Amino acid sequence: MSSPLAIRGVVPASRLGERPVAPTVSTGIAELDALTGGLPRGGLSEICGPVSSGRTSVLLALMAEMTRRGEVCALVDTGDSFDPHSAETAGVELRRVLWVRCSKSKSAAGGRRSTAIRYPAFAADRRQPAGDCLEQALKATDLLLQGGGFGLVVMDLADIPPETAPRVPLTSWFRFRRAVENTPTVLLVLEQEPHAKSCASLVVKLSAVSRRSSVFSRQDSNPQSAISIQPDEIAVPAHARVLRGLEIHAEVLRDRSQGKKPPRSAKACWESRAAWAGREKLKA
Amino acid sequence: MGWPGKAESLIAESLFMFAAIYVPDFPLEAVARAEPELREQAVAVVEGTPPLVHVVAVNERAAQAGVEPGMTKLQAEERLAASQSSSELSGRKDPTLSRPNTLSRPKERRENGGATAGIRQRSAQREAAAHAALLDCACGFSPRVEDTAPDTVLLDLAGLERIFGPPAKMARDVARRCSELGLEANVAVASNPDAALLAARGFPGVTVIPPGEQAERLGGLPVDVLAQSMVDGRWSMAGGQENRQSAIDNRQFLELLDTLDRWGIRNLRALAALPEVAVTERLGQDGLRWQRLARGATSRPLVAIEPPLAFEEAIELDYPAGELEPLSFLLNRMLEQLCARLAARVLAASEVRVRLMLDCGIAEVQNCGIEHRGESNSAIRRFRNSAIHERTLRLPVPMLDAKVFLKLLQLDLQANPPGAPVTKVWLSATPAEPRRAQDGLFLPAAPQAERLEVTLAKIKRVVGATASKSMVESMASGQSSAAGQEKQRAASGTQEVVEELVGSPELLDTHRPDGFTMKKFMSANAAPSSIDYRPSTPITALRLFRPPPAAAVALRDGRPARLTCPERPALAGAVTWCAGPWRSSGEWWSEQAWWREEWDVAVGEALYRIYRDTTGWFVEGSYD
Repeated sequence: MSSPLAIRGVVPASRLGERPVAPTVSTGIAELDALTGGLPRGGLSEICGPVSSGRTSVLLALMAEMTRRGEVCALVDTGDSFDPHSAETAGVELRRVLWVRCSKSKSAAGGRRSTAIRYPAFAADRRQPAGDCLEQALKATDLLLQGGGFGLVVMDLADIPPETAPRVPLTSWFRFRRAVENTPTVLLVLEQEPHAKSCASLVVKLSAVSRRSSVFSRQDSNPQSAISIQPDEIAVPAHARVLRGLEIHAEVLRDRSQGKKPPRSAKACWESRAAWAGREKLKA
Repeated sequence: MGWPGKAESLIAESLFMFAAIYVPDFPLEAVARAEPELREQAVAVVEGTPPLVHVVAVNERAAQAGVEPGMTKLQAEERLAASQSSSELSGRKDPTLSRPNTLSRPKERRENGGATAGIRQRSAQREAAAHAALLDCACGFSPRVEDTAPDTVLLDLAGLERIFGPPAKMARDVARRCSELGLEANVAVASNPDAALLAARGFPGVTVIPPGEQAERLGGLPVDVLAQSMVDGRWSMAGGQENRQSAIDNRQFLELLDTLDRWGIRNLRALAALPEVAVTERLGQDGLRWQRLARGATSRPLVAIEPPLAFEEAIELDYPAGELEPLSFLLNRMLEQLCARLAARVLAASEVRVRLMLDCGIAEVQNCGIEHRGESNSAIRRFRNSAIHERTLRLPVPMLDAKVFLKLLQLDLQANPPGAPVTKVWLSATPAEPRRAQDGLFLPAAPQAERLEVTLAKIKRVVGATASKSMVESMASGQSSAAGQEKQRAASGTQEVVEELVGSPELLDTHRPDGFTMKKFMSANAAPSSIDYRPSTPITALRLFRPPPAAAVALRDGRPARLTCPERPALAGAVTWCAGPWRSSGEWWSEQAWWREEWDVAVGEALYRIYRDTTGWFVEGSYD
């Protein structure tokens, strides 16, 4: 029997220690879902890893899953590296994707620069694209979170060098966490190393340590060979090889929904296939 | 005598109901509509070319200060200044005259568009916009509207009681709607249009004349209102065009008024009491018509029009506005008026267009003529150089929010400033049916259209709306990204490719690598998903390098053995594995023919796609 003084929506003091379970979103990869339980809504998630570790494959699978359910995604592309063809192949509904392309090599178009100089009152109002692409990405992400309504907001910092990414002030991560809190939005950051620290609800590190077996095609005589060119591999003509995909390993570094330290066995492995590789298994 | 009041005529009159909307001092109201704060001040509207500038309309406060129509501008300024100084000496702060000459207060001058306080020039654009607003107000109530005069509109209210309630309520609603559109109007309802018109011209506020009481209610009005009513009737019949015949009619009406004045006829009751035959014998058919008007016994059909769906507001500044802030004040007022007009017609805007006339200074043109007697007759012509700066907001869905429009225009003008002081502003909206779609209860949330537009505009301000790169560079690198929306610009003789930086990608029907176009992003929540294909295995994605960096590739046995990339040193290293070459080509039938030879290579722990074309080796991207 509930207390007559209980107020709906107010957590009793006796249950304050219990953290409410945040709703999650499936990533579209069963192995990763089994590992993490999905990406939390209203939280900041980080997927990190080096080049060719499968971060973008995970992103496209997630975007395909979100757009399939009718949700709207926003991608803040720091390096202008998004490939719409790969996304289409992965099943992403492109018309539900807002693509913000940041790049310092590009400038705002528009004429009248000479006349603006003649009239400084109007020239003062001309705003050039702000700072470098990292600064642009931070501002654009903040605007998207403030605007609301997006099911997924992705900040792609994967091409930002590891020595540059730590320049993001910690207050920015705190602001993002607060902005996305209590909203149905998933804020996802792709990067090489995790940077959000305690602001992140979920941190997944990807690697491709055993990619060698998946890189080589079936025509290779020794699929388990090292990446360095082997004598028997030289014998195989290059045009007889096909890149069939990647074998991706994931490890959970942080998961707030499961306490401070995730279990040691928090690892998963799956395979991604190249668009031309068909549906056959990668491993022989 | 055939006075109305019989049972038959009462039944017939009760079937008809007309309303007249009359805006007194229309030139003044048109000015006050654009500058609402003027309603609290003494204002005189002048017209004419210097030095023959005279006052045509004054408000009540200016009349109290001694300003009258017909005065010269100088006299009006003197009266206003004298009244202001006397109020200051008496120690009371008169808010109507507290605003000093704006030449000494640039901020106030900015806010009122640069005009001198208290004196405003009559503006044809403002009056046209006010007249259009009057028609919009009338069309919001009735489909049958007569454009009687610039300051007067008649509308047929027969049968509308079930929708809008009794006549008194309808009249109040019409007056309130006019007030929302910035016009203080007199509204009168009667069973015939001429009686409604006379009542609107004669009585302030809202007047409702029951059927059969026209003569009694109109009897106290002066005879002068008849003359103006007749002039307006001719204006309406002429389709709103002033012509020579109307000037002749005006003279005849004045003569008629003089005659009635000599007879001692001062009001309509006295005119209505005269015998019909005697009036016809002495004053002709015009006199008889005047008498029937005075009795409220005329009957005529409305000359119904269908007002065009043109929503435009214009304002001409006395002094050029050189900053965006005062321009925003003006745009805000104009947008509010525009949205009120659209709301009156139950419409929304799908496109908002702003045109700014710029003052580009004095241009000097030297006319070189033929040398005559050793002297060149070349002359320097000086003229005011002006240009038009036009911006268009294309909205994804019809909207009706002045604040959103203002924010979008501000962001757009900040990104694309006019570059010169503004002397005139036009603002127009393309009307569209308002949104009626209702999202499903169980559909996922999507960005609200209005907020999304503002967010996208802010993001474009941060990252830039478009990026340009030379087409030569694009072709050399083998890339033709966004080929479908490439706009060739002939800027300074060179062709440039413009790429949208914010939007939604759409693939093109081409085999050319990276062939896509950027579309305006719209929150397509209600539309069902168009993708029925879902890969069972995650796809290995390609991350592109834009633009692709040039690379140096050392070959061994025809295969890449070592990769060097000066722009990206991290890509350099020995190739440990490779697959290829994969050759492709296309558009050989056009000047933009392309071919390439792709390789998939492993450098260290990373996988890259490199390609070779006519210009050399490039790194297209990395597999991730």
